[in-house]
Amino acid sequence: MNDFLNYLNSNLTPGQAGAYLWVVIYILIIFAAVSAAVIAMNWLERKILAHMQVRLGPMRVGPHGLLQPFADALKLLLKEDIIPEGADKLVFWMAPVVVVITAFTTYIVIPFGPTHAVTDMNIGILFMLGVASLGTLGIIMAGWASNSHYPLLGSLRSSAQMVSYEVAMGMAVVSAVLMTSLSGTGPYGIGSASGAVGTLSMIEIVKAQADQHVWFVFKFFPLGFAAFGIFAIAMVAETNRAPFDLPEAESELTAGFHTEYSGFRWSLFFLAEYAAMIAVSAIAVALWLGGWLRPFPHWLSGDAWDTAFSFFPALTFFILAGMTLRTTIRMPKHPYFKIQKTGLGVFGLALGGIGLVLLVPPVRDRIQDIYWFSIKVAAFMYLYIWYRGTFPRYRFDQLMKLGWKFMIPAGIGVLIVTALVGVL
Amino acid sequence: MNPVATPFFFYALSGVAVLSAIAVIMRRNPVHSAIALIFTLLSLAGLYLMLYAPFVAGVQIILYVGGIVVLFLFVIMLINIDRMEREYQFNKQWLVGLVAAAVLGALFVAVYVKGQSIFPHNAVRFPEELNTQQVGKMLYVDYLLPFEIASLLLLVAIVGAVVMAKKRI
Repeated sequence: MNDFLNYLNSNLTPGQAGAYLWVVIYILIIFAAVSAAVIAMNWLERKILAHMQVRLGPMRVGPHGLLQPFADALKLLLKEDIIPEGADKLVFWMAPVVVVITAFTTYIVIPFGPTHAVTDMNIGILFMLGVASLGTLGIIMAGWASNSHYPLLGSLRSSAQMVSYEVAMGMAVVSAVLMTSLSGTGPYGIGSASGAVGTLSMIEIVKAQADQHVWFVFKFFPLGFAAFGIFAIAMVAETNRAPFDLPEAESELTAGFHTEYSGFRWSLFFLAEYAAMIAVSAIAVALWLGGWLRPFPHWLSGDAWDTAFSFFPALTFFILAGMTLRTTIRMPKHPYFKIQKTGLGVFGLALGGIGLVLLVPPVRDRIQDIYWFSIKVAAFMYLYIWYRGTFPRYRFDQLMKLGWKFMIPAGIGVLIVTALVGVL
Repeated sequence: MNPVATPFFFYALSGVAVLSAIAVIMRRNPVHSAIALIFTLLSLAGLYLMLYAPFVAGVQIILYVGGIVVLFLFVIMLINIDRMEREYQFNKQWLVGLVAAAVLGALFVAVYVKGQSIFPHNAVRFPEELNTQQVGKMLYVDYLLPFEIASLLLLVAIVGAVVMAKKRI
């Protein structure tokens, strides 16, 4: 028990401190939070896409369709689980499991704060990329085991696509890792590499950005920005999302690699896709957007600014609560809407309550890192939806051309120039 | 901090590695073989971690599992598996097999007997801190020339593959 409480005073991640009970607690919290985020994303994606296309989106189940994801989940659980005739049963069973396990394993090293990660490995980013690349195997297994044409084509596409974009992604990541060893401060800080040792650990990469007083996206402008851009494009391809969602292009392949999957197995693919999206966004945030650092930690430093910025989490929830309550008041005054109105009101009050809890000083101080990290990841999630609403799907040869003839040369170029600028 | 390299993990990982390696050669279906190969490679990565070589373990996962096995599967999916399942799986060459196995076994015994003085098994070292840096120094400082020659060789192989695959360049 004492060990259990002693951990709270240490400034290490539970994995490093050897506090195994805390490791389990962290893993459970992350698993629950990611699942909740996936549910929220399901609703938000449909709503935002609908509003982009001047539709209303889900409106029937719950106020403004808020209960739609739960209804969907229930439907998926109740659906018949079909294994096609002639499918390879073992591989068919393994594929969704592999996809989910790999998507969630990456969360072990994601730094939600200086101590808020399950553990910190000194090969953190390498580990994340490696485990993320295992997700491809699950997709290939799913496509092959279905014993059907569309899934096979989908998984062939997916493996080709992921293998090609992984290279560009790796180049961008290496240039960010290189920046950790170039210790000049400020956006144009041309740093000598003398004495500074680079690192692959996620937490150390964010700390390097704090020490160098610059997010790597702004370092050696426009080099950091170019590397970030390459990663931001490659990560969309890597997670099979629009406009690179060729493995599941409806117009050509029905549903691609998961055509033959139904019910719970399909929902595992869904869960893994969104979990992987959050994970790669977390890589981008940690490597280029300063991870858990709040905006301008050096320019606007001091206790007064720290206090001011610590109100942001509560403020966010108050704004959400305000919007919800405003919608509640503006609902039609008809008895038919009575239940919906109460539900939405309660939801708004709950959001406000969370905001109030976040105002309590100890909570306010501790939630900071997690809040800034999550808000940056949330911005990426919105971008994903925005891409899907904006860009038409690529053709496969265009996709390959972009990957091999533009992204990889650009990635290598950025890497070389970063190295040159760094040693100058 | 206690070392993670306990005998339990060693035996578990080696067991998985050996069993799945046997599955690689015993399965008739090449896709099953490739999947068993994944387990072998992953448990090898675990063994590297136990040797405090995290960088090697990470590279093992990225290159072998994420890259090479994916390409294996990619190729296997394009072959006609039904025909492969009807072909002979093993060449029945008992004599050559026995000789090869005997030589390999003798090698193992020799390493085990002589190795006890070369590799003292009680000395626990923790080079974990600098594994990545050590590999980097090895490749780019100590063995720069051989490394560059090897990469040139790979480049030639890539160019050769392109030349052979394309009729008109």
